[in-house]
Amino acid sequence: MKRETEGEVHIVEYRTYAYVWVALLILLGLTIAVAEMEMSKYSVIANLLISSVKAILVLTFFMHLKYEGAFLRRLLITVLCVLTFVIMLTFSDVWYR
Amino acid sequence: MEKTAHDTLAAKYGMWFFLFTEILFFGGMFLLYSVFRSKFPVEFHAAAKEEDLFFGSLNTAILLTSSLTMAMSISAVRKGNNRLSALLQAVTIVFGISFLAIKYFEWGEKIARGLYPNSPVLVKMDQGTNLFFGLYYVMTGLHGLHVFVGIVVISFMIYFTGTGTVTSQNFSRLENTGLYWHFVDIVWIYLFPLFYLVT
Repeated sequence: MKRETEGEVHIVEYRTYAYVWVALLILLGLTIAVAEMEMSKYSVIANLLISSVKAILVLTFFMHLKYEGAFLRRLLITVLCVLTFVIMLTFSDVWYR
Repeated sequence: MEKTAHDTLAAKYGMWFFLFTEILFFGGMFLLYSVFRSKFPVEFHAAAKEEDLFFGSLNTAILLTSSLTMAMSISAVRKGNNRLSALLQAVTIVFGISFLAIKYFEWGEKIARGLYPNSPVLVKMDQGTNLFFGLYYVMTGLHGLHVFVGIVVISFMIYFTGTGTVTSQNFSRLENTGLYWHFVDIVWIYLFPLFYLVT
């Protein structure tokens, strides 16, 4: 995405949204199935990964990040890095106290 | 024309900046949850069994579908079909209200069993269980408040779409409302496995 395409009109087709919705519902089914299997310590990681795939789908298509410039994506990644850093910092305290 | 394009962009960036603060707002609570979960893994595991998986899953499906209708309403307005857009927004509101109604019954059922902060039942239980339900009420409560705000904002958007304030050339209000609604959906995507799935 170049600078001149920022703010450009891009209408997403209904069909694209419908596919994303189906994918989201399949992932919802998957996350419940994973929890029912009770794989204990791996299922937390598995469920958070599935949730993240769902969140990425929503961000990419429903929130139009696919069609935005790199600026917004970089900002979002920066914010998520800040959050990750804060979480790591907290746990470095909690674990080694 | 040039001015309009830039205003739209500024409005969108403004909305995203607001959502970044929201990420950190909810992020703080997720951090609190993960710290206490790592401290009381057994208690959190047991307490999650008290949640109703069926209603939790149903609510997730409802919110995901409401995101679909919200996203489609923006495409509709951009194609010049305000009528369809308003209808899709109304459907989104119906889903939002259904979500809150189910939440109401879930809370009611738990409160009836004495599972609410500082209740006589919970006070006798261990610290981990108390923390789980405390976090459950705070996090789903604040999320529910966001859903409620979303419903109010979308109601205004239906009015704007109906009166022609929101058009195929001037739709940034509706688009930003959509961004907010999808963000609230993403928060629930993470709340669901943390509270409802016994992992």
